[in-house]
Amino acid sequence: MEQHYQHLYEMLSQVHGYIYPNEIDLQWGLLIVLYPYITGLVAGAFILASLERVFNVKVLKPTYHLALLTALSFLLVATLPLVSHLGHPERAYEIMTTPQGGSAMAIFGFVYLWYLMVVLLLEIWFDYRRDIVLWSRTTKGFKGILYKILTLGVTDLSPKTIKWDDKLGYIITLVGIPSAFILHGYVGFIFGSVKANPWWSTVLMPVIFLFSAMVSGIALVMFIYMAVSFLRKQKIDMLALDTIAKYLFYILILDFTLEGLDQIHRIYEAEESFEILELLVHGKLFITFFIFQLFLGTIIPLVSLGTLQVYKPKEKTRRLIYLASSLLVLFGVFFMRWNVVIGGQLFSKSFYGFTDYKLNLIGSEGLLMSITWVIIPFFILAFLLWLLPPWKKIHDE
Amino acid sequence: MGISNKEQSRRRFIKSAAVAAGGLLATSLINPFNAVLFAMDKPEDPTKPWWGYAIDISKCIGCGRCANACKTENNVPREPFYFRTWIEQYTILNDGTVKVESPNGGMDGFKQPVAEEDIFKSFFVPKMCNHCSKSPCVQVCPVGATYETPDGVVLVDETYCIGCRYCVQACPYGCRYIHPEKNVVDKCTLCYHRISKGKTTACIEVCPTQARILGDLNDKNGPLVKFLKEHNCLVLKPHLNTGSKLYYNELSQEVG
Repeated sequence: MEQHYQHLYEMLSQVHGYIYPNEIDLQWGLLIVLYPYITGLVAGAFILASLERVFNVKVLKPTYHLALLTALSFLLVATLPLVSHLGHPERAYEIMTTPQGGSAMAIFGFVYLWYLMVVLLLEIWFDYRRDIVLWSRTTKGFKGILYKILTLGVTDLSPKTIKWDDKLGYIITLVGIPSAFILHGYVGFIFGSVKANPWWSTVLMPVIFLFSAMVSGIALVMFIYMAVSFLRKQKIDMLALDTIAKYLFYILILDFTLEGLDQIHRIYEAEESFEILELLVHGKLFITFFIFQLFLGTIIPLVSLGTLQVYKPKEKTRRLIYLASSLLVLFGVFFMRWNVVIGGQLFSKSFYGFTDYKLNLIGSEGLLMSITWVIIPFFILAFLLWLLPPWKKIHDE
Repeated sequence: MGISNKEQSRRRFIKSAAVAAGGLLATSLINPFNAVLFAMDKPEDPTKPWWGYAIDISKCIGCGRCANACKTENNVPREPFYFRTWIEQYTILNDGTVKVESPNGGMDGFKQPVAEEDIFKSFFVPKMCNHCSKSPCVQVCPVGATYETPDGVVLVDETYCIGCRYCVQACPYGCRYIHPEKNVVDKCTLCYHRISKGKTTACIEVCPTQARILGDLNDKNGPLVKFLKEHNCLVLKPHLNTGSKLYYNELSQEVG
């Protein structure tokens, strides 16, 4: 408590201009930046996986399962920063038992569960069922028991059943695409519908969130594919990587255009909040907005990926460019979330001043804890890749 | 000889048709001159109280007693980051610069550092929950812990609030804070524990200039309705359509 007060007294000295006295305590910190970031990675990775399945982009086959497992790893963690940020985490269940229908946030639990249980888990299960059954017959020990449990008792491997697996998996993917759109568009709506905050309140917010989610998810799968291939000392399928990079490039263009449109619209309309927002982006957000999000996270990847669409250097060079671009995009989208969540709270709703955000190193909302939330999905992914290795699956061509 | 039955019924028909047509014509003439919407939501039950509040800026002297009394009455943490009500001092300089201050929420009074000859105008604006009838905070609460009472007061059930802070983000007026000990959201209750027993709010009780007025908007002869009738009152940020029931007399356009 005393520490919190001390922190607030420190912040008091950082206030510039006038803010409402209750605004010194900044409400949503790094954990809430992670929430849209992680859900975005999930939605993006899933949409990339769906491209292969639904739109039959065969060259993406090597990344299909990897993308699904990546989506699952991150989805399992997505709610944790959110719940741990609550004032009363032990009451979190209320959001499911007594949701208030008018609240944009109330539906989150249901959207999340739908996506986790109905879409991702089912799709992965149908996709892996035959392999799990086969592995359960040949594997001994703990892993073997796990496989037996994962079969859920459905061990029928007749061609008819396998065909059904495929059919049901396909249907779930079909349902999954709009679900992924809803999952992340909805996260954007949570911010976009706050009319009190002019930095958030734009009808484009859900769309922007969706496209930046796709961009970040694709970049993540691209990075993980390269990293996993490197760790397994396997040759990277360049055709697949080139194709992913092509999608990343096109969706990045769309994302950039939408965000640009949003800003241009803001500047041209220049409503009453315009002056304070202009001061915000040129002041407190200058580095994270112009340098991190725009220049490093958008322009450089756009130019480098764009160049590769017309000029194809050697594989090694391309790989390096892809690696750098994917990391830069992930970095840029993280700061896009930062600029939305933190940026939206740095200016006063009186439009007369600014507060500041000071990130602590330790504590449940500190930097170390946040880094932990980002690292955990990679451990989950490592476990899933050990349990359900895509490279050991039977491929029927 | 009297008029035949047939003729009588015909007359009756013509008469009622004429009344209907006339009525229709009259309403069609009157209607265009009436706004089709009300300025705010209507009360749930017009026979019961519907609380509203007014602040007369011209009367506020910035003594800060209201903010002080509020903290005492409602056990609001004493640190300068938590206020259910606070006072802002606006100083508009001759060059158009707007200076706003609220040191410790105005609880210790104000000083005017600007030289008098540089001041265009200066005034105090007490702030508090607007008890909106189309309240954004009630709208966004995911579990329904923030709600509007049938008599128009926005309250928080602190045993149910999960502390997600969405309502703090949704309130355009900065009236909510997270209670540092309870870890739930806290805000002005319009001293519900007092007004439901026929008393007035703590802030009104201590105001030396009667700058604050509580009243029942359903009571057409009550003090609030009378005040609203006699003064040109405005609400804060009307474009946000929150249905605010906190009215300000002599509200200057600089007030944010």
